[in-house]
Amino acid sequence: MMAETAESVGQDGALQVVMLRIGAETFALDAGMVREIIDPIPATRVAGARAHLASVVNVRGNVVPLADIRERFGMPQAVATRDTRFVVIEVAIDGDPVVVALVADKVFEVTEIQFGERQSVPKIGTSWRPEYIKTIVKFGEEFVIVPDVEKVLN
Amino acid sequence: MSSLDPIDIFRTEAAELLDCLEATLLDLGEKPDSTALIDTAFRALHTIKGSGAMFGFDRVAAFTHDFETAFDLVRQGKVPASVELVNVSLSAKDYIRMLIEDPDNTSAIIGEAVLDELKHLVAGEAPKPSAPPVASAPPAPQGTAVASPGWRLGLVFEADILRNGTNPLALLDDLRDLGPCQVVPRLDGVSDLAALDPEALAIAWDITLNGDVSREAIEDVFVFVGDEVTLTLTPLDVEAAPAPEPETATEAAPAALPAPAPDAAAPAAEARTGNRRPDDRPSATVRVEAGRLDELMDRVGELVIAQARLSQLAGLQTDVGIKSISEEIERLSARLRDTTMGIRMVPIGSLFGRFRRLVHDLSRDLGKPVDFITEGEETELDKTMIERLADPLVHLIRNAIDHGIEDPARRGAGTKGPTGRIVLAAEHVGAQVLVSVSDDGAGLDAARIRAKAEEKGLVAPGTPLTDQQIYQFLFAPGFSTAQEISALSGRGVGMDVVKKTIEGLRGSIDIATVPGAGTTVSLRLPLTLAIIEGLLIRVGEGRYVLPLSAVEECVELPAADRLTRGRDFLNIRGELVPFLRLRSLFGAEGEPDPHQKVIVIAAGDARIGLVADQINGKHQTVIKSLSKLHADVTTFSGATILGDGTAALIIDVGQLVAGDGAERIQDFQEVA
Repeated sequence: MMAETAESVGQDGALQVVMLRIGAETFALDAGMVREIIDPIPATRVAGARAHLASVVNVRGNVVPLADIRERFGMPQAVATRDTRFVVIEVAIDGDPVVVALVADKVFEVTEIQFGERQSVPKIGTSWRPEYIKTIVKFGEEFVIVPDVEKVLN
Repeated sequence: MSSLDPIDIFRTEAAELLDCLEATLLDLGEKPDSTALIDTAFRALHTIKGSGAMFGFDRVAAFTHDFETAFDLVRQGKVPASVELVNVSLSAKDYIRMLIEDPDNTSAIIGEAVLDELKHLVAGEAPKPSAPPVASAPPAPQGTAVASPGWRLGLVFEADILRNGTNPLALLDDLRDLGPCQVVPRLDGVSDLAALDPEALAIAWDITLNGDVSREAIEDVFVFVGDEVTLTLTPLDVEAAPAPEPETATEAAPAALPAPAPDAAAPAAEARTGNRRPDDRPSATVRVEAGRLDELMDRVGELVIAQARLSQLAGLQTDVGIKSISEEIERLSARLRDTTMGIRMVPIGSLFGRFRRLVHDLSRDLGKPVDFITEGEETELDKTMIERLADPLVHLIRNAIDHGIEDPARRGAGTKGPTGRIVLAAEHVGAQVLVSVSDDGAGLDAARIRAKAEEKGLVAPGTPLTDQQIYQFLFAPGFSTAQEISALSGRGVGMDVVKKTIEGLRGSIDIATVPGAGTTVSLRLPLTLAIIEGLLIRVGEGRYVLPLSAVEECVELPAADRLTRGRDFLNIRGELVPFLRLRSLFGAEGEPDPHQKVIVIAAGDARIGLVADQINGKHQTVIKSLSKLHADVTTFSGATILGDGTAALIIDVGQLVAGDGAERIQDFQEVA
């Protein structure tokens, strides 16, 4: 129900987002898709699963995939730190709502980003697959990635 | 909150009545002389008509009225319940269902066509080609013939009938529709205004009804009031005779047999004491929305998980009090789980009933007479399972009739009779249910299936295959050996879907055939989808669950086999069992346990060993499905949550056995 609200940009062009850091980058997730943010819990590895969905965790009695999207953005694997959090999101995959826990190295804040600050995705200067990125927004002095979560996960 | 919308209630009730009507009509096709069946069908129709009108389904009421009118001739024995009549009645029943379920998209033309056919049949076969009578003035049936020009009625309702929503005045109006009435209220029961209960009925009525009306027609007016009314019926011309004992009918259901008129008082008196409506058995059942049951099952699943954690914690404590409470809760939650699962269990007969119609129609369309026999209808299965079994069984039954059973001419030429035989059976086998569809047809032709498989490139010519392996080609997508494509089957769509559905239910499917004597397709299914008995094992750091039903035995891995890679076979009591090393399959890290175990599992005819580091024991496994994002993972059929709160994966045994083990190990090694 909350899924796919990434386009729910308000009349004034503002979008409520959760800012988080994964690897060296800052990502902005539409606050509407975030269900909760939890401390890391033991995960179970799933043999044969794709690298960015290599394990599952128990979130309130449901077994949900633990997504580590570092691999999708060409970042090296990293171990958990004191700041590591699991961001539990609900996202539409082929039209069905799916709950996923996303590994974040640090969760900053819930804030608003302005539609007007959108930057087009640079064609060069990145090895990222363009379909993974909805847009890049300038927030303060930083560039923030708004990922297309469905495409990144699936 | 469950919906109490009266329209929904009517729909549910009507659906049941229509099911009952269908079953009765099908029975009637086999036993056309049974008046009990005719009466049951008539009663179902009558109730649908009445409640349809009550809930504003006017088209249903109108159509059913005409249907009923025509069927009344059958009830009166004027028209035999022929096969044609049963067929048309079945179509009429389908039309009523359409009218109820989707009135907007149901064209009246269908109904008119059905009615025309019905009237034509009834008129054509009636000995007297008189116009079908309308309900208001049916001709006197033999036996219960009414010689009098009218009746004197005494009408005493139960006092609380108004609270049940019955309007006695409407019933009086219905009586007036039968003929001119003189209605006199009996006011002696009415108390003073101060003591008057406005919700209680204090009035009784004496009615003189003039007109040539049958007893049944009058009793039918009160059919919905049941035993809340005491109806005394006295023919007017008998009035003159000295004080006849008034006949009392408490029940408006038509008498099972046209009783001889002179003796009419006796059965009527009997009716006063006994409630004779057969479907009025006292049963304390509660309708519960299916979603609520699912929710209950989820909660119980969570409780079982929480309880497992409690047991684990309590096991570490020294406090005896905590331990005993934990044991108590363990016992209680196990019982609660069993009870909850029991609630969800439904006899499979409810599903089997649906196929009678299918067989009836197919047998008619294909011109192959078929006896349809069901066995083990009382076998109980989880209701979700039953719902999901419907489609696969439809396919299997269709196949059995279309491909399995030979044409009557061919059958007649052999030793079999012209009538084929389809047996649909269910039985409990251990913790599983075995559902089988058998026919006594020609059996499968392994050579032909093989030729087809080679033609389709599914197998290289000359590959040695067992018959069982050849039959498995039937489940390949797009596979069909039917020489002609019929409207029903032969398109090769279906069997692969059947297999997929059954495997989705964690079941397996087997084919057994005897050339010339028939084919049996057996489905083995778990009792429930929600909880299984599992065997918890450890592989490296990970823990996994194997369905206990698939586990045959556990043995220690002989020291000699710990490292060898060349031949992964075990010799178990002289039988060679290939085995898979789960450590390499799952890419486990760390040192292997010095005493690795082999768990021998079976699926179908195949046996295979799985090498694990440790066997942790039995585990009540509440099954959680894997996320859609893990749809590409085939090794695991689901996950469960262990006592410590972590997730463990459930190994899909069928997948492991079906896949070529050696190949898999190699694949994983290459990946690693």
